[in-house]
Amino acid sequence: MLEYLGDLLQGLVITLELSFTALAIGSVLGLLAALARIYGARPVSYVANSYIELIRGTPLTVQLFIIYFGLPALGLLFSPTFSAIVALGINSGAYQAEYFRGAIESIGSGQMEAALSVGMTRIQAVWRVILPQALRLALPSWSNEAAYLPKYSSVAFLVTVPELLARAKAAIAYNLKPMEVYMVVGVIYLVVIASLSKVLDIVYEKYKFTVE
Amino acid sequence: MGRKEEEVADWRLTRVVSVQDVWKCYGKVEVVKGVSFDVEEGTTTVIFGPSGAGKSTLLRCINMLHPPDRGTIFLRDVDLMKVGSKINYYRSKFGMVFQHFNLFSHMTVLDNVSIGPRIVKKLPEDEAKRIALEAIDKVRMRDWCSHHPSQLSGGQKQRVGIARALAMDPDVLLFDEPTSALDAELIGEVLQTMLDLAKERKTMICVTHELGFARSVASEMIFMDGGTVVETGSPDHIFTNPQNDRTRKFLSRLTELYGLHGNKKESRMA
Amino acid sequence: MFSFFEIALSHILFMIEGLPVTLGLTACGLSVGFVIGLPLAILRVYGKTAGKLFVAVFERTMRSIPPLVLIFLFYFGIQTTLFEVPGLFAVAVALGLCSSGYQSQIFRGALESIGTGQMDAARSLGMSKLQAIRFIMAPQALRFALPSWANELATMIKDTSLAFVVGVAELMRRADYVRAATFDPLTPFVLVAGIYFVIVFPVTRIAGTWGEKRKRLLTGA
Repeated sequence: MLEYLGDLLQGLVITLELSFTALAIGSVLGLLAALARIYGARPVSYVANSYIELIRGTPLTVQLFIIYFGLPALGLLFSPTFSAIVALGINSGAYQAEYFRGAIESIGSGQMEAALSVGMTRIQAVWRVILPQALRLALPSWSNEAAYLPKYSSVAFLVTVPELLARAKAAIAYNLKPMEVYMVVGVIYLVVIASLSKVLDIVYEKYKFTVE
Repeated sequence: MGRKEEEVADWRLTRVVSVQDVWKCYGKVEVVKGVSFDVEEGTTTVIFGPSGAGKSTLLRCINMLHPPDRGTIFLRDVDLMKVGSKINYYRSKFGMVFQHFNLFSHMTVLDNVSIGPRIVKKLPEDEAKRIALEAIDKVRMRDWCSHHPSQLSGGQKQRVGIARALAMDPDVLLFDEPTSALDAELIGEVLQTMLDLAKERKTMICVTHELGFARSVASEMIFMDGGTVVETGSPDHIFTNPQNDRTRKFLSRLTELYGLHGNKKESRMA
Repeated sequence: MFSFFEIALSHILFMIEGLPVTLGLTACGLSVGFVIGLPLAILRVYGKTAGKLFVAVFERTMRSIPPLVLIFLFYFGIQTTLFEVPGLFAVAVALGLCSSGYQSQIFRGALESIGTGQMDAARSLGMSKLQAIRFIMAPQALRFALPSWANELATMIKDTSLAFVVGVAELMRRADYVRAATFDPLTPFVLVAGIYFVIVFPVTRIAGTWGEKRKRLLTGA
């Protein structure tokens, strides 16, 4: 077992790189989309909403294939890794948008009213009053997305990114023990995700507070 | 009206429930500490006291929903701590009415009341339905048979709760603050139903703040504080001449702030 | 643009033939997930500590392992060690196991939301714990869980696209066939995205609002 473990762990590094980058992209996209949907003018809100619904309404695999296989037809060539990151990022962004939206909406109009009546502009109100509270409120769902991204990243294998699952396949081609290798891989994913969850739980405990 | 003076040869014939030195803890906190009392057939016993005194817990010990840690409960001559797997059978001999109604939200009123006879007593469908309708008539909810609990007011829900308990033809009725969750104007209809039941000589144990009700029909009043029984006696005794300081204090606070009804808002008794 | 429509029309029928397979897989996967998930949820809420621990670990595991890994495990793993496994079977079981982790969580949340009062009331009538679960708690939990469960349905439909790695001729694989046949890598995938969207979007909408309505009916008692 130990022979291929090294290869697997190298794949794990790629998996984690994919995940963190995609998480970052997704968080930015998601937050922007949520803000656009709640506070934006009609056309902006509509675009944001379409993005969210279209991405959430189609499989990640299809999205990945469109970016990796399809875009070259339009002249856009991306490397496998880049395609995977873009696809994962856009996908994660749509789901995160919903988490952020839920959090912002539960803050309640009272806070906005209070901020405006003090004299803040809408933008100031959002930036200084709503967002800080909303982000703390969204932390649990965000943490969930963050912890599970490595799992979603496994589809990158389909476009030849040398991440964890791809290395597993390679190892099996070598030693012909699929049962064993896949179980080991399963355990690795489990440990990674459980650790991420735990770490994020600890962070949450430190920073949570009740929102009015 | 106080206790009926009757010649009784053997206490077993009239003593329906006997609570004997019951102790109950939740985690490390002792909630019920050595409570003992007897309940006679056909009487109404009212347990009252400040919140957190362990009254609801005691009630749930009586019908063995949460068996006591120490002590025992006798239903007639059966020691409920010793019946093992037959406890469900004996539990059905108690009818419980809850503060928050706990009606089965996915069922109609009729189904709510008939499910006990059907599933627990294993009666045939039409028999169960007949019994259920009888109970529903008793609480005057016949017109609402096909409605769901979400369509009822609080007072109506509680009356259905009472019907559900009655449909099992229990030996003892247990009321856990049945009117505490109701708006003032709805309390009356529930109290009226309870008064009717008391007048029919149903054996009832009520945890309640409704002192007017207690004064009317209780044969025994038990004041509980901090998990123990502080004082017991007939309503006359309790209201006019309480022995214990704490009893006196509690009663005066209650009547001063809330009138005889122990409820924050004005309540009317039919 | 002309070639887009040309390809679209001539191949869309071929792709749509994958729809029954996709939907069939969805149904199988969800059923497996349900049959495993609901009893586990009940075990976790009402069972003893050992049971609770087992379910907690199981839930966590099934939600952490990528569906692809499970699919490969069942397809290749079992084929080389035990017996021949049809792709459909492997996918249904794999996706079902993944789903059971989520469904267990969903039903557990629903059971806990209904509250202990209902259980108390049922038992005070004389019902055994089992009877109470069967007649009172589970029916309400199922209704309560509808919105989340509809979400799981949408997810399952999308996850079936992974079946194409083991050769199941559902929507995704057919799209890939068309790509290979026409050398057009964009149109087939865009089309199949459209097909998925047309199925998934109404599910989340209708079942969501309908589920919320039924759920609201419940919370009035």
